[in-house]
Amino acid sequence: MLGHIKILYHEGKQFIPDVTKAQVPGVFKGRPVISTAKVNEQELVDLCPLNAISAGPVTLDMGKCSFCGECARQFPQKIEFTTDYKIATNSRESLIIREGENQPVGINPLLVRKEIHDLFRNSLKLRQVSAGGDNSCEWELNAANNVQFDMGRFGIDFVASPRHADGVVITGPITENMAEPLQICYDATPDPKIIVLVGTDAISGGMFAGSPAIDRSFLDKYHIDLYIPGNPAHPLTVINGLLDLTRKTK
Amino acid sequence: MKHATIVNNQTIPVSEIPEISYDEFFELNAGFITESVETHCVNYFGYPAGEMTKLICCIADDLHHVIYVSSCRVNPTGDLPSLSVNLFCFEKFEREIHENFGIGFTGHPWLKPLRYAHNRKDKTQTIANYPFYTIQGEELHEVGVGPIHAGVIEPGHFRFICNGEQILHLEIQLGYQHRGIESLLLSRSKLSEQVQIAESIAGDSVAGHTLAFSSVWESLCGFNATEDIHFSRTLALELERIAVHTGDLGAACADVAYQLGSAVFGRLRTPIINFLQEWCGNRLGKGLIRPGNNTFPFTPDLSKRLTEVLHVFEYQFIEMNDELFSMPSALSRFERTGSVSLENMVSIGTVGMAARSSGLKRDIRSSHPHSLYGTLQHEPIVKRHGDVYSRLQLRKQEVPQSITYIRELMTSVPEYHPEPVPMGPLAPGSFAISLVEGWRGEICHCAVTGNDGKLLIYKVKDPSFHNWMALAMAVRNNEISDFPICNKSFNLSYCGHDL
Ligand code: SF4
Repeated sequence: MLGHIKILYHEGKQFIPDVTKAQVPGVFKGRPVISTAKVNEQELVDLCPLNAISAGPVTLDMGKCSFCGECARQFPQKIEFTTDYKIATNSRESLIIREGENQPVGINPLLVRKEIHDLFRNSLKLRQVSAGGDNSCEWELNAANNVQFDMGRFGIDFVASPRHADGVVITGPITENMAEPLQICYDATPDPKIIVLVGTDAISGGMFAGSPAIDRSFLDKYHIDLYIPGNPAHPLTVINGLLDLTRKTK
Repeated sequence: MKHATIVNNQTIPVSEIPEISYDEFFELNAGFITESVETHCVNYFGYPAGEMTKLICCIADDLHHVIYVSSCRVNPTGDLPSLSVNLFCFEKFEREIHENFGIGFTGHPWLKPLRYAHNRKDKTQTIANYPFYTIQGEELHEVGVGPIHAGVIEPGHFRFICNGEQILHLEIQLGYQHRGIESLLLSRSKLSEQVQIAESIAGDSVAGHTLAFSSVWESLCGFNATEDIHFSRTLALELERIAVHTGDLGAACADVAYQLGSAVFGRLRTPIINFLQEWCGNRLGKGLIRPGNNTFPFTPDLSKRLTEVLHVFEYQFIEMNDELFSMPSALSRFERTGSVSLENMVSIGTVGMAARSSGLKRDIRSSHPHSLYGTLQHEPIVKRHGDVYSRLQLRKQEVPQSITYIRELMTSVPEYHPEPVPMGPLAPGSFAISLVEGWRGEICHCAVTGNDGKLLIYKVKDPSFHNWMALAMAVRNNEISDFPICNKSFNLSYCGHDL
């Protein structure tokens, strides 16, 4: 007992008081900013291993980007990654960053279904399905619930059964072998329900796009409520994304 | 000579690997394994060679610090005698070859599909109708768990046969995570893309797999990594070990409902992975290791920062462990739970920390040292009982050991080489192998290039490939309610196995 009290004393307060304003330490690759500097655009496009960059005007698709930082390293005058981790959005289009623009990425309240605010504002239970995820986004989703990020304080939790869930959180590019279990899980979740894609692999297939071992047809059938980019997505990106989706009103 | 003898990270012309008949191949490799516990199979795979299939087997000899590579050419439509009849360590490898090429192995105990790879030979086999082992009996019942599990973890199916609360048998069916890694590594042409695929083999072993990939690549290009490159890689690998071991101790606490331990270990992982982010911009170290390149210099500021982080971390880590391992209620759940004997571990070819927890000293850092491990003179920690307690104790002791190594490394940080030396093309007609001791155990990557200098086959083996069987052995005769803690004590990779 005394040992426990000593540990509690040494640990002190670990939680981040305000997850909407916390700073991330050191270098962090969050929302990129593209300047209007003139560079050899073709070289820039060719260098990206994931085809996330297009030319004329230069754009960078965070839904395809693995945040490897190669473009910023080779073209520092053109692309810079800021520490802005609030990059989750409900519109796929908003993940595309254009040159010369430096706007925050966020939720478009007009696109949020009414029942999301009505029903999930104070409590959101999610069922996570890893469908070919490499355990990095899964690891960060678990971290979002640890004592530091403590997502549970907002009433957002991961639950064991789809029957108890208000939505499905998908990680990974969706392998052929997981396509059916994912569908079964989704069907078992009661309406109304949301779909959240976490990580580049889930949003676009990432580096597995075009692999013969994946089957992304599930995503063609349903409306996606939230895209949370990253490789893996940072816990602060996850929490802010979910909060903004459920709490930001028109 | 019936085989080639090479060292870790060496490249040799394929023509120097003697091609022998399957009978000789069988005898040679069976001989290596039965000879001593110090020899174990690190990779055994096939690839198409015209109409035929070429098999390559790599046996590591831990005592002599070498790897024996042998090969043979077989007809894929025929049947071969199975090595697994007596040597269970070949069981998974033969299943994989069978799945990919259709080669039959007569006498194999259960020649079932391994991961339902997209390029499997028999497409009529689907993951939904896996042939589970069954036992008939009035008192017995089956419990199926997965593929989707209760927690935020990867998918896999566990089928238990139980007698009341007691587990008689567990069969683990994997393959749900198959993304086609090995074929993507062949079909993608940019190195920057290939390395990212390697980085995603298992997101909890980023340093391990990326290091193995980079080593194979550099070896094939004849590139000698500079001291600063080796430094960064060794450091990253040890940081990864500390982070995951710490998280695993937290997960074990959660499974025995010890809230304080779960909270403290869970959050203690954060300063370590946050340090990785301060260093390279990613909490899991993605982007840090690149072939032929040191992308993120280890500056004096970082060195100072890491010293501080480790100082605080170490004290809190030890304090929490002292408490955990003196609590009778926790110990009674750990001790004698999920035991695997040394004999069984040897027989199924277990590697890494699971093997060391049962008294089997397998650690690439000392047996086939790579990066800076030669200078660190690593001495593996070994436990005897092979139960959950041993596996947790091992983590508890490996973390301070890694901290000691990091401190030692930081006493002389090598000079940074900012300009990457351009790497040449891949050597044509060659074979390369790299062994890396990740936190879980031995990671093995092999590559073969064709005469045009392009990759013919790239073969990845995660330690989980061997160790899933150890988990199945561990739970026998245990209560089914102890399955989670057994599972957590191994913490095996689904995606690393499924590729
Ligand atoms: S950071 Fe993103 S956009 Fe830039 S090169 Fe890497 S994947 Fe491409």
